Amino acid sequence: MTALLQIIELEKQYKNVNAVNGINFSVEKGACFGILGPNGAGKTTTIEVIEDVIPPTSGKILYKGEPRTLSFREEVGIQFQNTALFSFLTVRETLNTFKSLYHNTYDLDELIHMCSLNGFIDQMNDRISGGQKQRFMLALALINKPELIFLDEPSTGLDPQSRRNLWDVIRGIKKIGKTIILTTHYMEEAQILCDDIAIMDHGKIIAQGSPDALIKNYSREVTVILPKKSIEGHQIKNLPLAISESQDQIKIKTDDINGCLETLIASHINLKDMSVRSPNLENVFLTLTGRQLRE
Amino acid sequence: MNFKRIWIMFKARNYEFFRDRAAFGWNFLFPFLIIAGFAIIFGGKEYSDYKVGVFPLAQKKTDKTTLQLPDSFKNNKFIEFIGFQTEEDGINRLKHHKIDFLLKNNSSDNAYWVNETSPKGYFLEQLFNGSIALKDHPVNGLKGEVHGREIRYIDWFFPGLLGMNMMFSALWGVGYVVVRYRKNGVLKRLKATPLTAVEYLTSQMLSRIFLLMFTLAVVWLGCDLFFSFEVVGSLVDIFIVFFIGSLSLTALGLILASRGTSEEFTSGILNFITWPMMFLSEVWFSIEGAPQWVQTISKALPLTHMLSAARKIMNDGASLLDVHTELEVMAVMALVFLIIGASLFSWNS
Repeated sequence: MTALLQIIELEKQYKNVNAVNGINFSVEKGACFGILGPNGAGKTTTIEVIEDVIPPTSGKILYKGEPRTLSFREEVGIQFQNTALFSFLTVRETLNTFKSLYHNTYDLDELIHMCSLNGFIDQMNDRISGGQKQRFMLALALINKPELIFLDEPSTGLDPQSRRNLWDVIRGIKKIGKTIILTTHYMEEAQILCDDIAIMDHGKIIAQGSPDALIKNYSREVTVILPKKSIEGHQIKNLPLAISESQDQIKIKTDDINGCLETLIASHINLKDMSVRSPNLENVFLTLTGRQLRE
Repeated sequence: MNFKRIWIMFKARNYEFFRDRAAFGWNFLFPFLIIAGFAIIFGGKEYSDYKVGVFPLAQKKTDKTTLQLPDSFKNNKFIEFIGFQTEEDGINRLKHHKIDFLLKNNSSDNAYWVNETSPKGYFLEQLFNGSIALKDHPVNGLKGEVHGREIRYIDWFFPGLLGMNMMFSALWGVGYVVVRYRKNGVLKRLKATPLTAVEYLTSQMLSRIFLLMFTLAVVWLGCDLFFSFEVVGSLVDIFIVFFIGSLSLTALGLILASRGTSEEFTSGILNFITWPMMFLSEVWFSIEGAPQWVQTISKALPLTHMLSAARKIMNDGASLLDVHTELEVMAVMALVFLIIGASLFSWNS
């Protein structure tokens, strides 16, 4: 695979804040690259610098191995986190307006089908639901048949159905070979959509890899969950396990599931109602960025 | 420069204007209502500059011929006489500047009251004393008359009203709208496309000029239908003057639009510019005789030159050649404002 985008020692400083602090990564052609991080980690600043919306303080951004030129804007599609559009225009008119700003564009019907815009294509921009708006914004980002698509927290504020619907649309875009850079708060979203993930905190990339590799490297802990009635009459506090209790459950965290189960069986504990939770990206995220609230 | 992109942004902005029914209607209704108001206030009766109270009289409305006052005073066409039943009523009105001068009817000693702080009162006092003297020793000066067509106030005021409407529409329609777009992220979205700043600003400017000219034509036709304005010069010349004027006003709007991110702050700046411009550019009244520095400031405002040229054409029948200075000043201003606005412009908030 060849790198479509290379970011080298990228920095963005504001007056008193180092928003992006010397980051490096590359995005392969056709991949979905996710940037995860808590609020204020520098995710949006990073992609806005790459998008050429704000200038970097220093560092290099290479697109197809070269510094970005004027044609970069013809070849990328951007879905911003928060944006308004022209008032008093329908969704169709807005798409047509943006279509006219580019040279190489999708046929409108194709785009309507691709992003499921049929139900509201002739409604005014400001008269559509949150889920419809996100699909519409995605359509705007795709209108110029971009090779590289930036999606900045595309599913924030959506209900579970709308979110899954949007994921289906993004999966469809991946299938046709587009390269995607995605920032998100939702670990499930990153785990489902991304091939490669960079976790950012305080303007730096603190971990990078595929979802599976990140889980393997940073959170191997498995959680065994048992109802309290299963341990009635047993002195489990004496067992060599990391046990925590809640109202009607006990949780055992371990990175040696076989040893843990052998210990429980040896203690004659009934495992009929036992459940095991595998580590996920959320565990990795919390392990790396901490559990303290960031505001 | 890509003209297709300019055209598409021009169209999008026009859609917004024409579909925003409330703002669209107000753009036409506002000047029409002002003109209608003036026509109702001044139409069909003579305008009186001075109000003189007379007592004791039973009715407020008085018949001049029944008043026992010096003839030259009571026949002055700029004085309106208002009757009061008692001296106390009259003095109370005089104290509150509701009237300019108070007289006792049929007074053997020509008794009068005047508010010392009222300039009109002072003038009427001189006039009244003069008319008493004239009664005994009539003297007539050598009268010269100005011949020609009388310019009604409404014919003088009409270009001012159109200019004022254009000024508000140009500055708010470009300055305020672009700042709102910057604040809510529309400009950021556009920046991410191949559209350039020059293309965007050109489209906004052309769209506003088109809308100003369209509004001008509709308001002119509508007002003329009801109030029959007299235009001595050429309508095409007036249109050209307003076109170049709107170019300079819209370019000024671009400077205001270039950087702002706060609608509240921009609104304050717009008021700070539009209100003095409205008064100093002689929309409502002439500033002839105002201090020199006031007149100098007035000359630096594009609206002053637009109204001066429009009035010369409309009221005096001037040609474009006669108003070339105003046209040149407006064109230079437009160019300077455009260069400043374009060089300061930023997409980002």
